[in-house]
Amino acid sequence: MSLVLSVAITVTLVLYALAMVIGLLRIVRGPSAQDRVLALDFLYIVGMLVMLVLAIRYDSEMYLDAALVMVLFGFVSSTAFAKFLLRGEVIE
Amino acid sequence: MMPPLGELVVAALLLGSGIVVLLAATGLWRLRDFFSRMHAPALASTLAAWIVTLASIVHFSTRSGGLSLHVWLIIIVLSITAPITTIVLARAALFRRRQAGDELPAPLGDGC
Amino acid sequence: MKRWLPSPWLSLGIFFGWLLLNNSLSPGQMLLGLAVAIVIPLLMAPLRPTPGPLRHWRKLTILILRVGRDVLRSAFDVACGVARTGTRPPRGAFVVVPLELRDTHALAALAMITTVVPGTVWSELAPDRSALMLHVFDLDDEAAFIAHFKNDYERPLKEIFE
Repeated sequence: MSLVLSVAITVTLVLYALAMVIGLLRIVRGPSAQDRVLALDFLYIVGMLVMLVLAIRYDSEMYLDAALVMVLFGFVSSTAFAKFLLRGEVIE
Repeated sequence: MMPPLGELVVAALLLGSGIVVLLAATGLWRLRDFFSRMHAPALASTLAAWIVTLASIVHFSTRSGGLSLHVWLIIIVLSITAPITTIVLARAALFRRRQAGDELPAPLGDGC
Repeated sequence: MKRWLPSPWLSLGIFFGWLLLNNSLSPGQMLLGLAVAIVIPLLMAPLRPTPGPLRHWRKLTILILRVGRDVLRSAFDVACGVARTGTRPPRGAFVVVPLELRDTHALAALAMITTVVPGTVWSELAPDRSALMLHVFDLDDEAAFIAHFKNDYERPLKEIFE
Protein backbone atom coordinates (compact mmCIF):
# COMPACT_ATOMS: atom_id res chain seq x y z
CA MET A 1 0.00 0.00 0.00
CA SER A 2 1.42 3.36 -1.03
CA LEU A 3 1.82 6.33 1.26
CA VAL A 4 -0.83 8.32 -0.62
CA LEU A 5 -3.51 5.70 -0.02
CA SER A 6 -2.70 5.16 3.65
CA VAL A 7 -2.72 8.90 4.34
CA ALA A 8 -6.03 9.24 2.47
CA ILE A 9 -7.53 6.39 4.50
CA THR A 10 -6.42 7.96 7.78
CA VAL A 11 -7.84 11.36 6.81
CA THR A 12 -11.12 9.75 5.71
CA LEU A 13 -11.44 7.89 9.01
CA VAL A 14 -10.82 11.14 10.90
CA LEU A 15 -13.55 12.87 8.86
CA TYR A 16 -15.94 9.98 9.63
CA ALA A 17 -15.04 10.22 13.31
CA LEU A 18 -15.83 13.96 13.30
CA ALA A 19 -19.18 13.23 11.65
CA MET A 20 -19.91 10.61 14.31
CA VAL A 21 -19.09 13.09 17.07
CA ILE A 22 -21.54 15.57 15.54
CA GLY A 23 -24.15 12.82 15.36
CA LEU A 24 -23.55 12.01 19.03
CA LEU A 25 -23.99 15.69 19.91
CA ARG A 26 -27.33 15.61 18.10
CA ILE A 27 -28.33 12.54 20.12
CA VAL A 28 -27.42 14.31 23.36
CA ARG A 29 -29.14 17.55 22.39
CA GLY A 30 -32.34 16.13 20.91
CA PRO A 31 -34.60 18.11 21.13
CA SER A 32 -37.23 15.51 20.26
CA ALA A 33 -37.12 11.71 20.32
CA GLN A 34 -37.33 11.47 16.52
CA ASP A 35 -34.18 13.60 16.22
CA ARG A 36 -32.34 11.10 18.37
CA VAL A 37 -33.54 8.13 16.32
CA LEU A 38 -32.49 9.91 13.12
CA ALA A 39 -29.02 10.60 14.52
CA LEU A 40 -28.69 6.99 15.68
CA ASP A 41 -29.56 5.78 12.17
CA PHE A 42 -26.92 8.16 10.79
CA LEU A 43 -24.34 6.76 13.22
CA TYR A 44 -25.10 3.23 12.03
CA ILE A 45 -24.59 4.25 8.39
CA VAL A 46 -21.28 5.97 9.16
CA GLY A 47 -20.19 2.90 11.11
CA MET A 48 -20.98 0.81 8.05
CA LEU A 49 -18.86 3.16 5.92
CA VAL A 50 -16.00 2.82 8.44
CA MET A 51 -16.19 -0.97 7.98
CA LEU A 52 -15.96 -0.54 4.19
CA VAL A 53 -12.92 1.72 4.52
CA LEU A 54 -11.27 -0.73 6.92
CA ALA A 55 -11.85 -3.48 4.34
CA ILE A 56 -9.72 -1.43 1.94
CA ARG A 57 -7.17 -0.59 4.67
CA TYR A 58 -6.57 -4.19 5.73
CA ASP A 59 -7.23 -5.63 2.27
CA SER A 60 -9.67 -8.18 3.64
CA GLU A 61 -13.14 -8.99 2.33
CA MET A 62 -14.22 -10.22 5.76
CA TYR A 63 -15.01 -6.61 6.70
CA LEU A 64 -17.59 -6.45 3.92
CA ASP A 65 -19.69 -9.10 5.68
CA ALA A 66 -19.34 -7.11 8.89
CA ALA A 67 -20.63 -4.04 7.02
CA LEU A 68 -23.60 -6.04 5.72
CA VAL A 69 -24.45 -7.18 9.26
CA MET A 70 -24.16 -3.56 10.39
CA VAL A 71 -26.63 -2.38 7.74
CA LEU A 72 -29.13 -5.02 8.84
CA PHE A 73 -28.77 -4.26 12.55
CA GLY A 74 -29.11 -0.54 11.90
CA PHE A 75 -32.24 -1.13 9.84
CA VAL A 76 -33.90 -3.34 12.46
CA SER A 77 -33.07 -1.09 15.41
CA SER A 78 -34.01 2.20 13.74
CA THR A 79 -37.26 0.80 12.39
CA ALA A 80 -38.15 -0.66 15.79
CA PHE A 81 -37.46 2.71 17.44
CA ALA A 82 -39.49 4.58 14.84
CA LYS A 83 -42.34 2.09 15.16
CA PHE A 84 -42.24 2.56 18.92
CA LEU A 85 -42.52 6.34 18.48
CA LEU A 86 -45.45 5.86 16.13
CA ARG A 87 -47.68 3.87 18.45
CA GLY A 88 -45.89 3.27 21.73
CA GLU A 89 -45.54 -0.44 20.95
CA VAL A 90 -43.13 -2.30 18.71
CA ILE A 91 -45.43 -5.20 17.88
CA GLU A 92 -49.15 -4.60 17.98
CA MET B 1 7.99 7.32 -7.07
CA MET B 2 4.40 7.45 -8.39
CA PRO B 3 1.88 5.09 -6.82
CA PRO B 4 -0.25 3.12 -9.29
CA LEU B 5 -3.23 4.91 -10.83
CA GLY B 6 -5.78 2.64 -9.11
CA GLU B 7 -4.58 3.68 -5.68
CA LEU B 8 -4.79 7.37 -6.56
CA VAL B 9 -8.39 6.90 -7.72
CA VAL B 10 -9.28 5.02 -4.53
CA ALA B 11 -7.64 7.70 -2.38
CA ALA B 12 -9.52 10.53 -4.14
CA LEU B 13 -12.86 8.70 -3.89
CA LEU B 14 -12.37 8.00 -0.17
CA LEU B 15 -11.54 11.63 0.58
CA GLY B 16 -14.63 12.71 -1.36
CA SER B 17 -16.83 10.37 0.66
CA GLY B 18 -15.34 11.72 3.89
CA ILE B 19 -16.27 15.26 2.88
CA VAL B 20 -19.81 14.20 1.92
CA VAL B 21 -20.31 12.43 5.27
CA LEU B 22 -19.04 15.48 7.14
CA LEU B 23 -21.46 17.69 5.16
CA ALA B 24 -24.31 15.33 6.06
CA ALA B 25 -23.33 15.59 9.73
CA THR B 26 -23.19 19.41 9.63
CA GLY B 27 -26.62 19.33 7.99
CA LEU B 28 -27.87 17.15 10.82
CA TRP B 29 -26.51 19.69 13.27
CA ARG B 30 -27.27 23.05 11.64
CA LEU B 31 -30.62 22.70 9.87
CA ARG B 32 -33.47 24.27 11.80
CA ASP B 33 -36.45 21.99 11.31
CA PHE B 34 -36.73 18.23 11.92
CA PHE B 35 -38.10 17.53 8.45
CA SER B 36 -35.23 19.46 6.88
CA ARG B 37 -32.81 17.46 8.97
CA MET B 38 -34.28 14.21 7.64
CA HIS B 39 -32.71 14.94 4.25
CA ALA B 40 -29.13 15.13 5.57
CA PRO B 41 -28.52 11.46 6.52
CA ALA B 42 -29.86 10.42 3.10
CA LEU B 43 -26.70 12.04 1.75
CA ALA B 44 -24.59 9.54 3.69
CA SER B 45 -26.69 6.52 2.76
CA THR B 46 -26.78 7.32 -0.96
CA LEU B 47 -23.93 9.48 -2.25
CA ALA B 48 -21.23 8.58 0.30
CA ALA B 49 -22.10 4.87 0.27
CA TRP B 50 -22.00 4.82 -3.55
CA ILE B 51 -18.61 6.54 -3.64
CA VAL B 52 -17.10 4.16 -1.07
CA THR B 53 -18.56 1.20 -2.95
CA LEU B 54 -16.98 2.41 -6.15
CA ALA B 55 -13.64 2.84 -4.36
CA SER B 56 -13.93 -0.63 -2.88
CA ILE B 57 -14.75 -2.22 -6.25
CA VAL B 58 -11.77 -0.45 -7.86
CA HIS B 59 -9.47 -1.51 -5.02
CA PHE B 60 -10.43 -5.20 -4.86
CA SER B 61 -10.60 -5.50 -8.64
CA THR B 62 -7.08 -4.14 -9.13
CA ARG B 63 -5.82 -6.30 -6.26
CA SER B 64 -7.29 -9.61 -7.37
CA GLY B 65 -7.19 -9.00 -11.11
CA GLY B 66 -10.81 -10.07 -11.65
CA LEU B 67 -13.96 -8.01 -11.17
CA SER B 68 -15.04 -8.11 -7.53
CA LEU B 69 -18.68 -7.18 -7.06
CA HIS B 70 -19.11 -8.35 -3.48
CA VAL B 71 -19.71 -4.81 -2.19
CA TRP B 72 -22.56 -4.33 -4.62
CA LEU B 73 -24.75 -6.44 -2.33
CA ILE B 74 -24.36 -3.87 0.47
CA ILE B 75 -25.65 -1.09 -1.78
CA ILE B 76 -28.65 -3.21 -2.81
CA VAL B 77 -29.50 -4.06 0.82
CA LEU B 78 -28.95 -0.44 1.89
CA SER B 79 -31.20 0.98 -0.81
CA ILE B 80 -33.95 -1.48 0.12
CA THR B 81 -33.79 -0.91 3.87
CA ALA B 82 -32.98 2.81 4.20
CA PRO B 83 -36.30 4.03 2.66
CA ILE B 84 -38.32 1.87 5.07
CA THR B 85 -36.64 3.41 8.10
CA THR B 86 -37.04 6.91 6.68
CA ILE B 87 -40.74 6.47 5.87
CA VAL B 88 -41.61 5.00 9.28
CA LEU B 89 -39.64 7.77 10.98
CA ALA B 90 -41.34 10.48 8.91
CA ARG B 91 -44.76 9.05 9.80
CA ALA B 92 -43.79 8.88 13.47
CA ALA B 93 -42.59 12.49 13.41
CA LEU B 94 -45.80 13.69 11.73
CA PHE B 95 -47.92 11.77 14.24
CA ARG B 96 -46.02 13.04 17.26
CA ARG B 97 -45.91 16.66 16.15
CA ARG B 98 -49.60 16.71 15.30
CA GLN B 99 -50.31 15.34 18.78
CA ALA B 100 -48.11 18.06 20.23
CA GLY B 101 -50.19 20.60 18.32
CA ASP B 102 -47.48 21.97 15.99
CA GLU B 103 -48.42 23.77 12.82
CA LEU B 104 -48.36 21.13 10.08
CA PRO B 105 -50.46 20.44 6.99
CA ALA B 106 -53.74 18.71 7.80
CA PRO B 107 -53.86 14.92 7.35
CA LEU B 108 -54.91 13.71 3.92
CA GLY B 109 -58.28 12.08 4.53
CA ASP B 110 -58.31 10.82 8.09
CA GLY B 111 -54.66 9.74 7.91
CA CYS B 112 -53.44 6.16 8.06
CA MET C 1 -43.29 -24.97 -13.51
CA LYS C 2 -45.85 -22.75 -11.78
CA ARG C 3 -45.90 -25.06 -8.78
CA TRP C 4 -42.16 -25.23 -8.20
CA LEU C 5 -41.29 -21.67 -9.21
CA PRO C 6 -44.14 -19.45 -7.99
CA SER C 7 -42.21 -16.24 -8.64
CA PRO C 8 -39.36 -16.67 -11.12
CA TRP C 9 -38.00 -13.11 -10.74
CA LEU C 10 -37.67 -13.54 -6.99
CA SER C 11 -35.82 -16.82 -7.59
CA LEU C 12 -33.49 -15.16 -10.04
CA GLY C 13 -32.81 -12.32 -7.60
CA ILE C 14 -32.07 -14.74 -4.76
CA PHE C 15 -29.77 -16.81 -6.98
CA PHE C 16 -27.66 -13.83 -8.00
CA GLY C 17 -27.80 -12.41 -4.46
CA TRP C 18 -26.39 -15.70 -3.17
CA LEU C 19 -23.56 -15.65 -5.68
CA LEU C 20 -22.78 -12.02 -4.78
CA LEU C 21 -22.83 -12.82 -1.06
CA ASN C 22 -20.28 -15.60 -1.53
CA ASN C 23 -18.41 -13.70 -4.24
CA SER C 24 -17.76 -16.86 -6.24
CA LEU C 25 -18.89 -18.65 -9.38
CA SER C 26 -17.82 -22.15 -8.33
CA PRO C 27 -20.16 -25.04 -9.21
CA GLY C 28 -20.76 -25.88 -5.55
CA GLN C 29 -22.00 -22.37 -4.73
CA MET C 30 -24.14 -22.36 -7.88
CA LEU C 31 -25.79 -25.61 -6.78
CA LEU C 32 -26.43 -24.23 -3.28
CA GLY C 33 -27.74 -20.98 -4.77
CA LEU C 34 -30.09 -22.94 -7.00
CA ALA C 35 -31.42 -24.87 -4.00
CA VAL C 36 -31.95 -21.64 -2.01
CA ALA C 37 -33.58 -19.96 -5.01
CA ILE C 38 -36.14 -22.78 -5.24
CA VAL C 39 -36.83 -23.27 -1.52
CA ILE C 40 -37.14 -19.62 -0.37
CA PRO C 41 -39.91 -18.57 -2.83
CA LEU C 42 -41.87 -21.72 -1.91
CA LEU C 43 -41.64 -20.77 1.76
CA MET C 44 -42.53 -17.15 0.95
CA ALA C 45 -45.44 -17.92 -1.37
CA PRO C 46 -48.10 -17.74 1.38
CA LEU C 47 -46.78 -14.31 2.42
CA ARG C 48 -47.07 -12.66 -0.98
CA PRO C 49 -50.50 -11.12 -1.51
CA THR C 50 -50.40 -10.92 -5.31
CA PRO C 51 -47.60 -11.51 -7.78
CA GLY C 52 -47.22 -8.24 -9.64
CA PRO C 53 -47.02 -8.01 -13.40
CA LEU C 54 -43.78 -6.60 -14.75
CA ARG C 55 -43.63 -5.39 -18.33
CA HIS C 56 -41.53 -3.04 -20.43
CA TRP C 57 -38.00 -3.97 -19.45
CA ARG C 58 -36.60 -1.12 -21.48
CA LYS C 59 -38.71 1.45 -19.65
CA LEU C 60 -37.74 -0.07 -16.31
CA THR C 61 -34.04 0.24 -17.16
CA ILE C 62 -34.52 3.85 -18.26
CA LEU C 63 -36.39 4.61 -15.02
CA ILE C 64 -33.64 3.06 -12.88
CA LEU C 65 -30.94 5.04 -14.71
CA ARG C 66 -32.96 8.24 -14.39
CA VAL C 67 -33.45 7.67 -10.66
CA GLY C 68 -29.69 7.12 -10.31
CA ARG C 69 -29.01 10.40 -12.09
CA ASP C 70 -31.62 12.25 -10.00
CA VAL C 71 -30.13 10.83 -6.80
CA LEU C 72 -26.70 12.22 -7.73
CA ARG C 73 -28.11 15.60 -8.77
CA SER C 74 -30.34 15.93 -5.73
CA ALA C 75 -27.48 14.85 -3.43
CA PHE C 76 -25.33 17.67 -4.82
CA ASP C 77 -28.22 20.12 -4.32
CA VAL C 78 -28.72 19.03 -0.72
CA ALA C 79 -24.96 19.22 -0.06
CA CYS C 80 -24.83 22.77 -1.44
CA GLY C 81 -27.96 23.68 0.53
CA VAL C 82 -26.37 22.41 3.74
CA ALA C 83 -23.12 24.24 3.04
CA ARG C 84 -25.01 27.51 2.45
CA THR C 85 -27.48 27.15 5.29
CA GLY C 86 -25.90 30.00 7.26
CA THR C 87 -26.44 32.63 4.56
CA ARG C 88 -29.50 31.26 2.77
CA PRO C 89 -31.49 28.62 4.66
CA PRO C 90 -33.24 26.06 2.41
CA ARG C 91 -36.94 26.55 1.89
CA GLY C 92 -38.24 23.20 3.10
CA ALA C 93 -41.94 22.67 2.45
CA PHE C 94 -44.65 20.05 2.29
CA VAL C 95 -46.08 19.41 -1.16
CA VAL C 96 -49.32 17.57 -1.85
CA VAL C 97 -49.22 15.71 -5.16
CA PRO C 98 -52.43 14.29 -6.67
CA LEU C 99 -51.86 10.65 -7.63
CA GLU C 100 -53.22 8.49 -10.40
CA LEU C 101 -51.33 5.33 -9.45
CA ARG C 102 -53.37 2.67 -7.65
CA ASP C 103 -51.31 -0.52 -7.95
CA THR C 104 -49.63 -1.46 -4.64
CA HIS C 105 -46.38 -2.57 -6.27
CA ALA C 106 -46.11 0.68 -8.20
CA LEU C 107 -46.79 2.69 -5.04
CA ALA C 108 -44.12 0.72 -3.19
CA ALA C 109 -41.66 1.48 -5.98
CA LEU C 110 -42.67 5.15 -5.89
CA ALA C 111 -42.12 5.26 -2.12
CA MET C 112 -38.66 3.80 -2.57
CA ILE C 113 -37.76 6.25 -5.33
CA THR C 114 -38.91 9.34 -3.43
CA THR C 115 -37.09 8.30 -0.28
CA VAL C 116 -33.85 7.25 -1.94
CA VAL C 117 -33.60 10.66 -3.64
CA PRO C 118 -32.09 12.83 -0.87
CA GLY C 119 -34.14 15.95 -1.63
CA THR C 120 -37.56 14.40 -0.98
CA VAL C 121 -39.09 12.37 1.84
CA TRP C 122 -42.36 10.49 1.50
CA SER C 123 -44.49 11.56 4.43
CA GLU C 124 -48.10 10.61 3.95
CA LEU C 125 -50.45 8.81 1.59
CA ALA C 126 -54.18 9.47 1.60
CA PRO C 127 -56.19 6.41 2.67
CA ASP C 128 -57.93 6.27 -0.73
CA ARG C 129 -54.54 6.69 -2.48
CA SER C 130 -55.68 9.82 -4.31
CA ALA C 131 -52.97 12.14 -2.98
CA LEU C 132 -49.51 12.00 -1.55
CA MET C 133 -47.68 14.37 0.78
CA LEU C 134 -43.94 14.85 0.34
CA HIS C 135 -41.45 16.97 2.19
CA VAL C 136 -39.09 18.73 -0.22
CA PHE C 137 -35.71 20.03 0.98
CA ASP C 138 -35.51 23.19 -1.09
CA LEU C 139 -38.71 24.04 -2.94
CA ASP C 140 -38.36 26.53 -5.75
CA ASP C 141 -41.55 26.27 -7.76
CA GLU C 142 -44.30 23.99 -6.55
CA ALA C 143 -46.04 23.54 -9.91
CA ALA C 144 -42.76 22.72 -11.67
CA PHE C 145 -41.88 20.17 -8.98
CA ILE C 146 -45.26 18.45 -9.28
CA ALA C 147 -44.96 18.36 -13.08
CA HIS C 148 -41.45 16.89 -12.84
CA PHE C 149 -42.63 14.30 -10.32
CA LYS C 150 -45.63 13.18 -12.37
CA ASN C 151 -43.73 13.13 -15.65
CA ASP C 152 -40.51 11.47 -14.54
CA TYR C 153 -41.68 8.95 -11.96
CA GLU C 154 -45.43 8.44 -11.94
CA ARG C 155 -46.05 8.01 -15.66
CA PRO C 156 -43.29 5.41 -16.25
CA LEU C 157 -44.42 3.45 -13.18
CA LYS C 158 -47.99 3.50 -14.43
CA GLU C 159 -46.85 2.14 -17.77
CA ILE C 160 -44.68 -0.55 -16.17
CA PHE C 161 -47.07 -1.86 -13.55
CA GLU C 162 -50.60 -1.22 -14.84
